[in-house]
Amino acid sequence: MISTNDCKVIKIFNLSDDQLVELSKNNALYLSLVEMQAIQCYFKKLKRDPTDVEIETIAQTWSEHCKHKTLTGPVDYTEISPVLSYKNSGVKKDSNSSHITYTTVKKRYDNLLKETIFKATVELNKKWCLSVFNDNAGIIDFDSKNGVAFKVETHNHPSALEPYGGAATGMGGVIRDILGVGLGAKPLANTDVFCFGNPTTKISKIPAGIHHPKRIMSGVVSGVRDYGNRMGIPTVNGAVYFDDGYMANPLVFCGTMGIIPKNKIAKKVVSGDFILVVGGKTGRDGIHGATFSSARLESKSDVNAVQIGNPIIEKKVLDAMLKARDLNLYRGVTDCGAGGLSSAIGELGEKTGAIVYLDKVPLKYDGLHPWEIWVSEAQERMVFAVPPENKEKIIEIFKKEDVEAVVVGKFTNDEKLTIMYNDNVVVNIDMSFLHNGVPRPIRCAVYKIREEKVQKPIKMGSSEILKVLKASLSDLNVCSREWIIRQYDHEVQGQTIVKPLHGNGIEVSGPGDAAIIFPYTVVKGTKKGIVLANGLNPQYGKVNTYKMAASAIEESLRNAVSVGADIEKISILDNFCWGNPNNPEILGSLVRAAKACYDMSKAFGVPFISGKDSLHNEYSMKGKKYSIPPVLMISAMGIIKNVENTVTMPLKAEGNKIFVLGVTRNELGGSVFTKIKNIKNGIIPDVYPKESKIIMKKIYHAISKKLIESCHDCCEGGIAVAISEMAFAANKGVKIDIDVIKTEKVDLLTAVEILFSESNGRFVVEVKPDNQAEFIEIFKGSIFSEVGYVMDEKRVIFESKKNGIYVQEKPEVLLNFWRSTLTGG
Amino acid sequence: MKKVKVLILRAAGTNCDYETQFAFELCGAVVDRVHINSLLAGRKDKIFEYDILALPGGFSYGDDIASGRVLANEIKNKLSDRIRKFVLRGNPVIGICNGFQVLVKMGLLPDPELFEQIATLSYNSSNKFECRWVYLKIEKKIKNESNCIWTKNLPNVINLPVAHGEGKFITKNQKILKSLNRNNQIVFRYSTKDGNKPAYPLCPNGSIQQIAGICNIKGNVFGLMPHPERYIFALQHPARECCADKKYGWGKIIFQNAVDFVE
Repeated sequence: MISTNDCKVIKIFNLSDDQLVELSKNNALYLSLVEMQAIQCYFKKLKRDPTDVEIETIAQTWSEHCKHKTLTGPVDYTEISPVLSYKNSGVKKDSNSSHITYTTVKKRYDNLLKETIFKATVELNKKWCLSVFNDNAGIIDFDSKNGVAFKVETHNHPSALEPYGGAATGMGGVIRDILGVGLGAKPLANTDVFCFGNPTTKISKIPAGIHHPKRIMSGVVSGVRDYGNRMGIPTVNGAVYFDDGYMANPLVFCGTMGIIPKNKIAKKVVSGDFILVVGGKTGRDGIHGATFSSARLESKSDVNAVQIGNPIIEKKVLDAMLKARDLNLYRGVTDCGAGGLSSAIGELGEKTGAIVYLDKVPLKYDGLHPWEIWVSEAQERMVFAVPPENKEKIIEIFKKEDVEAVVVGKFTNDEKLTIMYNDNVVVNIDMSFLHNGVPRPIRCAVYKIREEKVQKPIKMGSSEILKVLKASLSDLNVCSREWIIRQYDHEVQGQTIVKPLHGNGIEVSGPGDAAIIFPYTVVKGTKKGIVLANGLNPQYGKVNTYKMAASAIEESLRNAVSVGADIEKISILDNFCWGNPNNPEILGSLVRAAKACYDMSKAFGVPFISGKDSLHNEYSMKGKKYSIPPVLMISAMGIIKNVENTVTMPLKAEGNKIFVLGVTRNELGGSVFTKIKNIKNGIIPDVYPKESKIIMKKIYHAISKKLIESCHDCCEGGIAVAISEMAFAANKGVKIDIDVIKTEKVDLLTAVEILFSESNGRFVVEVKPDNQAEFIEIFKGSIFSEVGYVMDEKRVIFESKKNGIYVQEKPEVLLNFWRSTLTGG
Repeated sequence: MKKVKVLILRAAGTNCDYETQFAFELCGAVVDRVHINSLLAGRKDKIFEYDILALPGGFSYGDDIASGRVLANEIKNKLSDRIRKFVLRGNPVIGICNGFQVLVKMGLLPDPELFEQIATLSYNSSNKFECRWVYLKIEKKIKNESNCIWTKNLPNVINLPVAHGEGKFITKNQKILKSLNRNNQIVFRYSTKDGNKPAYPLCPNGSIQQIAGICNIKGNVFGLMPHPERYIFALQHPARECCADKKYGWGKIIFQNAVDFVE
C-alpha cells in the first residue's frame, strides 16, 4: 500500500514501545501499549505497514465502548472483609471497632461478565428470553407472535461537553439500537435517567472548564425532549439523581423499548448481499466518539467528538424501514452508533467479510479523509444487508419517503475487511484479527468491605419530625420531576396507560413507580401490557457497592410490582457507570457490584437480558484526577397479562385501610434523613430476596384479584415520604399509627427511625374494608400490618402514642413542599 | 353498506397516525395512511376517493420555520384546488395538534372560502412544551345548534390530553376573533373542572379566550390542539374515567360523530 493525499501509510515496524504509546496518544486512539504491540506484530506478519484507515478501524473496534474489554476481560479479584460481621442486624455494635481483623478471599475471573451477570441468565434459563446479550438489545416474549426489545445506553462524555447535542444523540442512538435489533423493532417508549451535580451550586464554586449543573440539566432535558418528541416516542419512565460527584462528569442514560414480530428476530447476512447505507449523510461530526469514551474528561476535551442529531431524518428512516422489513427486503440490519460505518459493517460482516467503496458514501461536504468517512459517527444512519434481487425495490421504498439509500459495497466470503477509496485499497485486514485480536491483559481488582455502624438512637419531637418530612419531600432526590416530565410527550402513540405522574383526577399529581404501555395499536386485540421501571442509589455505593447493586435491582422490581407486574415475568438491564478501571480499588468495587447482580438475579429469578458499561468516568481538575461515585442503574421490563389489573399510587377512597408490607429495619445509612440531619453513621439497606420475592408474588396475586386499590414502594425518605406522596397525589387525608409498623425486633427502632429508614422490601398498599379478609389471607406468613386508614378530613397524620408523637399536616401543604424545588427556570 | 373511507395524510415527522387510524377504525371506518409524496405522485383526484381527511399530530418536517408551516405551504402550493374543493363539498376534515397548526397556517381554518391565514398557533406562554390533561368546555351554542359535526353528544366539560410547544391560538385582529365568537366557530375552550375560566396550567398555552379548538362556519372542518385519539379507552385517562359506556373515552365520540355524519 502506498501513501496518497487521502490516505497515509503509518510506519510502525521499527517503533519502540515509547513511540507506540506516543502514536496512540497523538492520534487519539486510546490504545494501550500491549494493544499497540499486538497491532505492530500483526502487520509484521503481513510484511507491510498499516494505513491510517486500518489503524483507526482497529482502534475503534477495540475501544472500550465497542469491545467492553474490562467487563469481558480477565480479573484477579481480592476481597477483604472484616471478621466481625455486622450482618443481619447491626444491633449492638457500639463496641470500638479499631481492633477488627480482616479476612482475604481471592478469585480469578476469566470473563467477569460471563461469570456473573450473564451466568445468572444462563442458569435461570427462562423460556421467554428470546435474545439475550447478542444483539443491539435484549428481547423477551410478549405474546405468541411478538417479542419486546429493550436497550439502555449511556452518553456521558458528549453530554458533559455539549449537553443538548450529547443527550439528543444519546436518545437518537438508543432508538437506532431498537431499529437495529433483529430485523428492526418498532419503538414504543423511551426512558431516561440522569445524574447531575447540585443545580443550586453557586457559580463561583464551579471549577473552570465545566458547565454549571443547571445548564447541563436544562441542556440534557431539552435534548432528550426534542429528539424523543420529534420521533413520536413517548418518554415514560426515568429518574434524576443529584450528587456533586457528577458535577464535572454528568451521567445520561437513555433507553428505548420496542416491539418486534418473532419471525424478525434473526439476522442472516449472506455472501453477495449488498451493503446499503441508509439515512443521514456522513460528515466530520462525532469523529473519535468511540475511542473518546475511554478518555478522561479534561477542560480541553474535543467538542468535535460530539455528534449532531436530526430526529426527522431518523423518523423517516423508521417509517420506511418498517415497510421494507415487512416486505422481507433485507436479511440484516444494524445501526451506525459508536464507530460509525466501521463498527456497523465490521459487525455485520464479521463472519463473511466485506468490501466497501468509501467514495460511494454520501457526504455532507467535501474534504473528508477516508478514515474520517469510515469512523465518523454522523447520526441517523443504518446499514442493511440486501439480497441483490431486492436492491431496486428497497431503494424505491426509501426514496418514496425522501430517505437517501446507497449501495456502498457487498458482503464477501473471504473473511477479510477490504476498503477501497478511488480505486486504491486502503484497508485489507482479517476479520478474525479485527474482532478477536485484542490482547486480554489480566487486571487487578481489590475491594475492602467497610464496616458500617448503627447511628445513635434518634429521637425527635413532633414538630421536628414534620420539619424533616418537609425537608425530605423537597430534597433534590425526592422532589417532583414534573418540570421535566411534562416537557416530554409521554403520551404520544396513545398507549401510556400508567403514566409517570399519577392522580385521581387530572390535576393533582404524585410520583408513579413505573409506567405501563398498552400496545393496542400494534397488537390488535391484545390485553397485555409492558411495564417499565428503574432503580439506582449511588449514595449506597459510596459505602458498599454490593448493597448498592442489590438495592438498585430490588428497587426496580418493587417499582414494577407496585403497578401490577408479575415478578415471574420481569427481565432487567444493567448499566454500569464507573470510574477508571485501571485503579484496582475502583475495579474491585465493580466486581463486587457484579457479584450482587449474579446473586440477586438468581435469588429473584429475574434474568439480565442486556447491559452496557461506561467506564473511565473521571475528570481531571488542576492536575488531580477524580472518579465519579459509581452507579449501577437497573432498568426493569415486565409483561402484564391484563392491563385492566393494574394500579396507581394515589389513595382512592375514604375509609379504606392502609397496610405496610415488609419489615422495617434500622437502615438509615445513605438515607435522605441522614443527609438532612448530617448523620455520618447508619447501616446501608440490605436486600432479603427470599422475604421480598414472596411479598412481590402476593402483591401480584392480590392485584389480579382486584384486592388492592393503590400501591406505592418505599424508597428514598422511607414510609413517611411514601405515605405522604400517596395522600397528596389524591389530596386525601390519612392517619397512620407508627407503633404498629412491623420492625425486625420490638422497640429496636425509634419512631423517627421507623418513619425514615429506607429498608428495602417494603410497600404501602390501600385495601377496601370489604376486601380486607381476603387480602390478609393472601399475605398470611409474610410480615405486614394494618397501620391506618384514609380519612374524610384532609390531613396527613403520623401518630405514636407510645412516644407521644403526633405529626399532622394538610396534604396540599406537603404537595407544595414536594413540588417547589425543581422548577426549571 | 359502503364503509366510510378516511385518508390520514402523513409527511416526514408525522407521529400520531397509527393511533388516529385506530380511532377511526374503531368507529367502523376504513383508513389509509397516505404519505404526501404518494398523494402528489398518484392520480390527481385520489383525495376524492375518501370521505374524511385527517391531519394527525407530530412535527411535520421537524416544525422547521414554525410548527406546521412547511407542510401547510406544500399542501397549499401543490394540492390547493383539490383540498379546497374537498372541504367546500362538506367532507369532514380534522386537524389535531400539528394538523390544526397546518390547517390554520394554510388558511383552511377558520375560513376555507377565504383560504388565507388569518390566525396562528404560537409558542406557549410558559415557553415550554406541555404534556398534560386539561378540561375542555364545549361551547353551548355550538352544541345546541350542532354547528360542528365533530362534537355532538358531548357533555359540557370533557377531559383530553394536550402535548405541544406551540399551541397559543391568536387571531390576526380583534375583528376576526369577534366573528369567530359570533359565528359559533369556537368549539372548545380550556376551562376548570366546573367550566370556569382557568389559569395556567389548566390553560396550558395562553390562548386568547382560552381557545383550544375551532371549526369553520359550516362545521365540517375542525382543528384542535388536544388529542382526542389518546382518549379512546377509559384506560387511557389518568384516573380511568369513562364516557357513558364503561369502556370508552370521550375522544371516541368525536371520531364516531364524523363517521356517523358521513353514513
